[in-house]
Amino acid sequence: MRETAMTQIEPGAQPLLSIRDLTIGLPAGGDRPYAIQDISYDLHAGEILCIVGESGSGKSMSANAIMGLLPTYLKPERGQILFQGRDLLKLDETTLLGMRGKAMSMVFQEPLSALNPVMTVGDQIAEVMRVHRAYPGEACQRRVLDLLEFVGLPDPATLIHSYPFRLSGGQRQRVVIAMALALEPSLLIADEPTTALDVTTQAQILALIRRIQAEKGMGVMFVTHDFGVVAEIADRVAVMEKGVLVEIGSAEQVLNHPQHPYTRRLISAVPHGRAREGGHGAAQTVLDVRNLRKTYASGGGWFAKKRVTHAVDDVSFTVRRGETLGIVGESGSGKSTIGKCLLRLTGVDGGQMLFDGQDIARLSERQFRPLRRDVQMIFQDPFASLNPRHTVGRIITDGPVANGVPLADAQTRARELLQLVGLEASAFDRYPNQFSGGQRQRIGIARALALEPKLLVADESVSALDVSVQAQVLQLLADLQKRLDIALIFITHDLRVAAQICHQVIVMHRGRVVEAGPPGQIFDAPRHDYTRRLIDAIPGKEWDSTLIRVAA
Amino acid sequence: MTSFLKRYCRNYGAVAGLLVLLAVVAVSVLAPLLYAESPWLMVADPLVRPFADMAYPFGTDMLGRDITAGLLYGARVSLLVGVVSTTVALVLGVLIGAVAGYCGGRIDDALMRFTEFFQTIPQLAMAVVIVAIFNPSIYSIVGAISVVSWPPVARLVRGEFLSLKQREFVQAAVVIGQRPLRIIVTQILPNAMSPIIVSASFMVATAILTESALSFLGLGDRNMMSWGFMIGAARTMIREAWWMSVWPGVAILLTVLAINLIGEGLNDAMNPQLRRRGE
Repeated sequence: MRETAMTQIEPGAQPLLSIRDLTIGLPAGGDRPYAIQDISYDLHAGEILCIVGESGSGKSMSANAIMGLLPTYLKPERGQILFQGRDLLKLDETTLLGMRGKAMSMVFQEPLSALNPVMTVGDQIAEVMRVHRAYPGEACQRRVLDLLEFVGLPDPATLIHSYPFRLSGGQRQRVVIAMALALEPSLLIADEPTTALDVTTQAQILALIRRIQAEKGMGVMFVTHDFGVVAEIADRVAVMEKGVLVEIGSAEQVLNHPQHPYTRRLISAVPHGRAREGGHGAAQTVLDVRNLRKTYASGGGWFAKKRVTHAVDDVSFTVRRGETLGIVGESGSGKSTIGKCLLRLTGVDGGQMLFDGQDIARLSERQFRPLRRDVQMIFQDPFASLNPRHTVGRIITDGPVANGVPLADAQTRARELLQLVGLEASAFDRYPNQFSGGQRQRIGIARALALEPKLLVADESVSALDVSVQAQVLQLLADLQKRLDIALIFITHDLRVAAQICHQVIVMHRGRVVEAGPPGQIFDAPRHDYTRRLIDAIPGKEWDSTLIRVAA
Repeated sequence: MTSFLKRYCRNYGAVAGLLVLLAVVAVSVLAPLLYAESPWLMVADPLVRPFADMAYPFGTDMLGRDITAGLLYGARVSLLVGVVSTTVALVLGVLIGAVAGYCGGRIDDALMRFTEFFQTIPQLAMAVVIVAIFNPSIYSIVGAISVVSWPPVARLVRGEFLSLKQREFVQAAVVIGQRPLRIIVTQILPNAMSPIIVSASFMVATAILTESALSFLGLGDRNMMSWGFMIGAARTMIREAWWMSVWPGVAILLTVLAINLIGEGLNDAMNPQLRRRGE
């Protein structure tokens, strides 16, 4: 929460943007008649309004309606979008074209797809100005350099000639922001601008948006699903549920004294990052990884020299029965590669992986196959990890059948498992596309459990899910672990989640383990510089969501 | 399945194509009933103009053979060659493409170099050579067309396998301990089916054209009347008897067009999201 005096809006001032009773219909046959229904809110100049909601809540709808980005089958049915006193829904397309990018602009979620890969950074920013015939000739080049400098990019003179693929995710998002700022718009819409970024980068981008907003006095509409981000940046917060605005108010009010039950439920689902107590040290060791190494070679041809990347470099750890080990790191830290190595989805270049005392790194695929049932994985993307052409029943029984269990037994067991993970037995004959993301992830968990593994690897298994669903799945995993005494390796980029559910945590940076220990020690007394930076970057860390939990 | 039919029927061209193809199939099945006599038989005066004698609506050729009978019997050859050679090419192509795409590495390299060897030779030239070596017969023609048309299928299937292999549900199948053959057949192949079916429909059309070209060059099966042979035989008479080459030409055009329209319709119906993006 920001407590700055300048965000105080004098009563009676005309809002920059005022949305009145906006209703957008959905095509017939959807799960509800309206995408958003009777939404009203104001946005003042010099204020950051966060619109929070889970997927499908319609949180991006009003933003898209303002920019004219609604797909053709969605039409605003009634209501007004008053921007600087004019109703955007009544203006003709030519007038709107003149306003987009100039009076209002937008920053998108995925910085890579928002930039044209075959145009240099400088040309793309200059194009915005060319379209609106601003800054002609020489001035254009100077303006581009100023903008790049302003968004904090190093060495603008060189950068202006480079292509987007040469930049990191955070740098690309800065370029997108520079494009949005080119004509000094009075309204900036940011739709999940930091969701695709690592936490440390996210912290930088949030700081940048806040700085820009303060310096230029723009109104910022910030669409997000992350309450941590809200706590970090919002002046005011609007909470959406299934197309309806359930609560709106100042950040302090909504975050610390939520009125609506849905808001309370959402906030209580936010991972709190409180470290859990250490595990039972006496349990039997299931997996002992020693000096694991994996390198990727790329480029290399007959004449070109190979570029070698050390994805995993000399990593050692152990996991015991009934214990959860968290592997934490940013993208490119090698955390997912470890998971792939353990499941032999990729080759290993060195070191040992002792599973129940047997080195599985040395086994051939054929020798390893009988052991596969003991090491299972829950995948990251619940939409890609289930074969769209198989029924749920088949997906769950495939594993036991491949390992010699008779089909009838496997089917009985599959129905039990569906109940165990909280799905109805009728799910057995349905196809994956009939389920939501959270339900699909439960199917994925049931598939892994069907083989009664000793070790379960969960690779970012909850990061694609909404917070409330995420909380349920985490709870489910914890329950199952307690009941079945499984060893769990939990790979994640989210430190709050890791702290909450792991007994031991290792922090990865560029393929190496920089710190290892129980979560309490790592979060309260980090020793390594990088761990400290990671923890500092957690959005909204000063806001403690557990406070309301007690009150509620 | 009903939604698939609905999506298919939304494309009017595809429905028209299907109707034309059904008509051609019906004609080829009913040919012996309509015309009990061989199309090679001289039944009337030579060079009867079309529509002059309603017993021979499409006219007769320079030896007095009925062109209508030739068209009907020719449909059988065209469809037979199209369907059989496409099936053989599909089996070959899917097999090679699937193994190359799934195994990768050296096996992939070897199989793809082998495929490229076939792709570098012009299709028709190779078909001509093969048929000439093995004496023209329906078997050598089908064989030759199969041999020249599997490489694109292999490449297509390999590409699909390469991308599907990376998908998480295939990795999940590896993790639960399924054997490679089972993964290929039950996990990957069903998801690669739609592009394969679509390209198969276009291959049928190409096969019919190739057979016509071979027959035109005099490499057709001597015992079977075919559209290509009729056009080839008519070329010396093209100024005196235009109808001898026009009717079989129209028949080839309509059939190939119909099959292409069907392929287009299948493509739209199987990949609904692609179509929506284009609109």
